[in-house]
Amino acid sequence: MPLLSVSDLKTHYKSRDGLLRAVDGVDLVVERGETVALVGESGCGKSTLGKTVLRLVDPTDGRIVFKGEDITMLDQRRLRTVRKSVQMIFQDPFASLNPRHAIGEILEAPLVVHKAGDRAERRRRVADIVAKVGLPADSVSRYPHEFSGGQRQRIGIARALLLNPELIVCDEPVSALDLSIQAQILNLLVAMKKEFGLSYLFISHDLSVVRYFADRVMVMYLGRIVESADNATLWSDPRHPYTRAMMAAVPDPSRRRHAAPLGGDLPSPSHIPPGCRFHTRCPLATNLCRTQEPEFRPVAPGHHVACHFADEPTE
Amino acid sequence: MAPLLQVENLTIRFPRAEPVRNLSFEAGEGETLAIVGESGSGKSLTALALMRLLPRGAQIASGRIAFDGRDLIKLDARGMRHLRGRDIGMIFQEPMNSLNPVMTIGRQIGEVLRVHERLTGRAARARAIELLELVRIPAAEKRVDDYPHQLSGGMRQRVMIAMAVACKPKLLIADEPTTALDVTIQAQVLDLLDTLRCELRMAVVLITHDLGVVAQWADKVVVMYAGRKVEEALPGDLFDNPLHPYTRGLLAASPRLKNDFHYRDGALSEIPGSIVSAGGETGCPFRPRCAEARASCGHHMPPLTVPAPERLVACPFTVPVEAMPHAAAFSL
Repeated sequence: MPLLSVSDLKTHYKSRDGLLRAVDGVDLVVERGETVALVGESGCGKSTLGKTVLRLVDPTDGRIVFKGEDITMLDQRRLRTVRKSVQMIFQDPFASLNPRHAIGEILEAPLVVHKAGDRAERRRRVADIVAKVGLPADSVSRYPHEFSGGQRQRIGIARALLLNPELIVCDEPVSALDLSIQAQILNLLVAMKKEFGLSYLFISHDLSVVRYFADRVMVMYLGRIVESADNATLWSDPRHPYTRAMMAAVPDPSRRRHAAPLGGDLPSPSHIPPGCRFHTRCPLATNLCRTQEPEFRPVAPGHHVACHFADEPTE
Repeated sequence: MAPLLQVENLTIRFPRAEPVRNLSFEAGEGETLAIVGESGSGKSLTALALMRLLPRGAQIASGRIAFDGRDLIKLDARGMRHLRGRDIGMIFQEPMNSLNPVMTIGRQIGEVLRVHERLTGRAARARAIELLELVRIPAAEKRVDDYPHQLSGGMRQRVMIAMAVACKPKLLIADEPTTALDVTIQAQVLDLLDTLRCELRMAVVLITHDLGVVAQWADKVVVMYAGRKVEEALPGDLFDNPLHPYTRGLLAASPRLKNDFHYRDGALSEIPGSIVSAGGETGCPFRPRCAEARASCGHHMPPLTVPAPERLVACPFTVPVEAMPHAAAFSL
């Protein structure tokens, strides 16, 4: 039984432009101990998908099953128990830390909510986790503004870990950090994963980070997964033209000044193109692509692609 | 002939800090100079100083900014206004902050043309459309009447570029021009900037934190740390053989798409601490985070030395270029 399994998940919003289909039919599985990366550009729906999985946003349709329990329709009270096991780390930890509370209070809050231990026991657990994420012990009496960006992310990680979760949804956890700090936080996330046997759903736009960090990768475009494969396969044998274009667009020190691989902009999720949703930007698009949405189908064991031409040889 | 832009010993001072100290660099006609650094390195303040647009409280304490035969530091406000937008164009990270939300993009481009080229009415509009075509905005004739919010992030940055190059500037300063953009859009915008650099023979000062962008698009790279230049090199040399411990640390800490390195194989190499620990008024600013640091590093800022042609490094303990195994651990 997978830890998390999501089927045909849809999250639609009503907007002035009509129905905004942020997540538009996604299947997703996270096995125990696995790091699944959800990669795509802004507006592809990856953050909404992460929030929907946590039920921070209500799904329009589909099913979310966590450890065998269907949590799609669970009410807020019963969700609380689930949320002990599923936590989230955000891109900008500062925005999620109350500036008027000392770190000790901030970290103790989830333990109070979940009635974990008496005061002394809670303090001990907070001190433990503060040490584990590499913060100085006196951090508990200090306030969020006294910390650097990297340290704030350590606080965010500490808070996510306090209730001994099994799954952590990480939404761009290192995107706002300087390069020299990024490696520190990625290493910490790996160390915590080993120590606590965690699974991650890792949302990122940064292919280089995903290349290092993920066991399995799902590429998202306009609300749908367009390619999914284990880490090594995706980088060595990308099949979807969008995956290939994104990889080619990452600046490469060994190639000087080359033309952009992909023209145009991401269409609006309120006006998703008919047929294949990528056809407006796709260099391979044919009439078939303009009219018929490609099925998300296996091209090899564990490797799925939604493209009519996924079997064509790579150039 | 002197290079178009020559910055010498620039020091920027706040009442209680010197965020940029003794910085020198040059950029010639048609050349892209990249200034790379993390937050707090002083790279954006440097960009603002070039335009004489420093925030309140900050001032240029010393140095020289020679541009096209003039010292910009000595120029009065009127003279500077005349240069900005005409001879020197500038684009910033977040175009939404620099565009007027209640004015069509055509009128905003037209404003630049009115001020500097005395174009008005139909002529300004026609030129604005031309400029939108130049930056490859589809259906420019229609888009010219759009408001900024009707455009995507990439389109807005193109509009900013159109405004910046409207008067064919000799120098374009681009401060993190693609940081807010997606990777496929980033590639489009950098490609466009480079084409314009070629066509207009502009010098470009590209300020960025992204080493990949630097490697791919720069002719010369200046690495800054805590307000100082710690290394300067051609991009190929910098990536094959970084000399300063900070540059080495940065390259080693970057996960790379081309590397077959996975978390199951081991941890990423880290630079310990953060730039706030750059403390100390004297000595090397990188000392608190540096694995190579020795007692003498605390005494004075190491001077820039020339370890090889077209290279500068501010670290006396760096391994000489010849002694480094070729393209050692940093093969990309």
